[in-house]
Amino acid sequence: MLDAIGVDSIEALFDEIPEALRAGDLPGIPEGLSEMEVSALMHARARRDGQAVCFIGAGAYDHHIPAAVWEIATRGEFYTAYTPYQAEASQGTLQLLYEYQSMMTALMDMGVSNTSLYDGASAVAEAVLMAVRANRKSKSRRILVPRAMHPAYRRVAHTIVRNQGIELVELPFDPATGQTDLTALEAHAGEDHAALLIPQPNFFGVLEPVDALCDWAHANGMLAIGVVNPLAMSILEPPGQWGGEGVDIVVGEGQPLGAPLSSGGPYFGFMCCTQKLVRQMPGRIVGRTVDLEGRTGYTLTLQAREQHIRRSKATSNICTNQGLLVTAATIHMALLGAEGLARTAAACHANTNALSERLCGIDGVEPVFDGPVFHERVLRLAMPVADALKSLAAHNVLGGYDLSRDYPELGNALLVCATETRTAQEMDEYAAKLGRIMVAQGRAKCPIEPKFEQ
Amino acid sequence: MLIHEQSRSGRRAFAQAPKDRPGLEDIPAEFLRERPPALPEVSEMQAVRHYTRLSQKNFSIDTQFYPLGSCTMKYNPRACNTLAMLPGILGRHPLAPESHSQGFMACLFELQEMLKEVTGMHDVSLVPAAGAQGEFTGVAMIRAYHDSRGDSERTEIIVPDAAHGTNPATAVMCGYKVREIPTLGNGDVDLDALREAVGPQTAGIMLTNPSTVGVFERNIAEIARIVHEAGGLLYYDGANLNAILGKCRPGDMGFDVIHMNLHKTFSTPHGGGGPGAGPVGVSERLKPFLPVPMVAQDGYGDYYWLTEKERPQTIGKLMAFAGNAGVLLRAWVYARMLGREGMIRVAEYATLNANYMAARLREAGFQLAYPERRATHEFIVTLRRQAKELKVNAMDFAKRLLDYGYHAPTTYFPLLVPECFLIEPTETEAKEALDGFIEAMRAIQKEAESEPDTVRSAPHTLPVRRLDDVRAARELDLKWSGA
Repeated sequence: MLDAIGVDSIEALFDEIPEALRAGDLPGIPEGLSEMEVSALMHARARRDGQAVCFIGAGAYDHHIPAAVWEIATRGEFYTAYTPYQAEASQGTLQLLYEYQSMMTALMDMGVSNTSLYDGASAVAEAVLMAVRANRKSKSRRILVPRAMHPAYRRVAHTIVRNQGIELVELPFDPATGQTDLTALEAHAGEDHAALLIPQPNFFGVLEPVDALCDWAHANGMLAIGVVNPLAMSILEPPGQWGGEGVDIVVGEGQPLGAPLSSGGPYFGFMCCTQKLVRQMPGRIVGRTVDLEGRTGYTLTLQAREQHIRRSKATSNICTNQGLLVTAATIHMALLGAEGLARTAAACHANTNALSERLCGIDGVEPVFDGPVFHERVLRLAMPVADALKSLAAHNVLGGYDLSRDYPELGNALLVCATETRTAQEMDEYAAKLGRIMVAQGRAKCPIEPKFEQ
Repeated sequence: MLIHEQSRSGRRAFAQAPKDRPGLEDIPAEFLRERPPALPEVSEMQAVRHYTRLSQKNFSIDTQFYPLGSCTMKYNPRACNTLAMLPGILGRHPLAPESHSQGFMACLFELQEMLKEVTGMHDVSLVPAAGAQGEFTGVAMIRAYHDSRGDSERTEIIVPDAAHGTNPATAVMCGYKVREIPTLGNGDVDLDALREAVGPQTAGIMLTNPSTVGVFERNIAEIARIVHEAGGLLYYDGANLNAILGKCRPGDMGFDVIHMNLHKTFSTPHGGGGPGAGPVGVSERLKPFLPVPMVAQDGYGDYYWLTEKERPQTIGKLMAFAGNAGVLLRAWVYARMLGREGMIRVAEYATLNANYMAARLREAGFQLAYPERRATHEFIVTLRRQAKELKVNAMDFAKRLLDYGYHAPTTYFPLLVPECFLIEPTETEAKEALDGFIEAMRAIQKEAESEPDTVRSAPHTLPVRRLDDVRAARELDLKWSGA
């Protein structure tokens, strides 16, 4: 090979790199391991982290994933393919994406879907940018955001949109129901905002009065953006039907559709919108068309929105998205169908009710909100939540998400979740352990008076 | 046939959902869905067969040579997937406490350290989900740096005209104006144009090195000096890091911030369009602005998260959790298997393969865009002559290559070379694959001369022939709308 090139060493191929810039020996990188060695190391680390029983939700949920989902998604033909720019050589991925768009638009009851964004949080940011572009009635760069929406989503959206001078205006929640406060919302009537974000369910697991919120946004010249759990949409009113007209854009975290917890990623963000807004939508879109012989085929379409064509005028800088997760989600939805998703969603709802009942039977544990919930609930403990969670973790139970940092106004508040994968026995054990922790804590707080020393 | 068209009412994969459907009586009816969504109703076997068959309509690295320039389609070792999919790894909740995360965090910490070493940067955050998000992060940090110094008059990002489309799109997302500078005929940045472009309005420059025309930017030290003297910072787009891995380091070239595409250089799968991972590395002055969370190690060897609390000047969070963790773990496995010696071999064999292909294609009569330059890990062939004389263009050659069982190289990018192929073989291909591709190119050249219509109307052997893109965009059909 060197002869064909006309050099006498591989080193000679780097002759255009100035000598002063050549790297040394990379002492900070360990020597290579064989597959056997790295496998032993990874198994040890995986064992070390254990398999605690998980009652945390907060945006990532422990669901059953059919074995076939990842068996097929990790076939080399899906796993090692590139973005389907060469359509003729990518009909598998392209047809699958078209099926995905069909499934997501059915689940959300919306006009069109893209083929994914990075995750739920960054999808919210993209929806905000899209709304500012798309709202022709408003020149505003302000967006109304419920405080009851996922705090990480709000932070991420802020990071991504602030450099374009877009402001997120916080809406309070009703401390009794946990729903976004409609009275407080009314104070913004007549103001100029580009959009209202509407979570369903919100971060507390509570169901929002989405019909009223959606109608209010439209009545005030704003776009309505739904931020939903896709699994919940198998039993809850879909965003396309909210209020009189339905939302304009809906986004969310696709993880409940076939993505394992996997420490927070890779997941995928989804986005659907009305047909009218399709040219403002970021990300890739697949269309059905015909080939030279009139046969059905699939191809990336409306690429004039995208960075590789429009460069600085693109709808987003997104390029690589989360294709493989969408592959998994499509297979997942095909295997569960509407009935399977609805059963799963209903089982999560029932389990969370059952868990909440058990935990609220303990002295010093009570529900915080009385609004209806999907599959998470906020409980107040008569002790610091961080301490309770630490004791539970020592017993290999991950008891939920501590809300006291994001919502100090709620006091010792804990967000719990029991998906369909949690068993009655696991919930019993959780309740028994938390009961003992609460009792022990109570003792520590009122020590017995040492009478004999007086 | 779509999966929807195989659907029959009431059919389903019974083992895959709970046996019962508990009631929802405690949820008021106004919140509930009236009609179920029109999802397919199929058996498990139908779904498995359908998607297995669909997969067989794809080209992929596991089945074809995929010399897609700028995309680094190297082999994705299977162990990376198997180990990232261990139950103990997959089952970890992103908000699990540090006490139950030390194994996972050890991998991330080691990956941060290895990426620092191989890039010469002072600190690394693994959060960004893909190259474009890494770019956003980098430019947002440049902006945060200038803002923190009260230097708010800097409104421009300089981008060479050969840059990836994500570069200008990113600059705009960060609130900057884009100023393009030309590339010289020899592939280097036009230094005079750069000197003219910089000034007190310059926030920074975004560069890829080796550049998108497949050559090493020889004046990089001078570029760094010019931009730094004007008060701007240098951004390194890591799209082409594979070319120099272990050979030279962006940190030593004077870059202040870089992103890496782990789905390119560190061999995590492309997955038909993601997921990727786009970690960012920074020089000392940008450290405070890195996105959170990051992993740190305390004096006892335990790992802990760095958050907004420890890094108050951070640009913030970019993802709900810690990024595409599963991708990061695959990159960790890859990096540990390669090790120090392996990393240096990556650049060596990637460069050897590219230069070999360039030499052989030139010998076969194809025109290189930069014949006087050394190829890096990729190079450009221009089919300008074929397009003019034979009326067979780069797209025709690309489509005909598919018939020969080779994925087409990147076509029509970079935009400044007409009728171009950007060819990147990567280090993992054997000489036999490279020779096969060159033979196919020779054969297509002959066809272009003797039976040009065969090439113009290719492909002939794939599941579909050329598709009507105009119709796809004009008569939008974006979802199944019933039988």
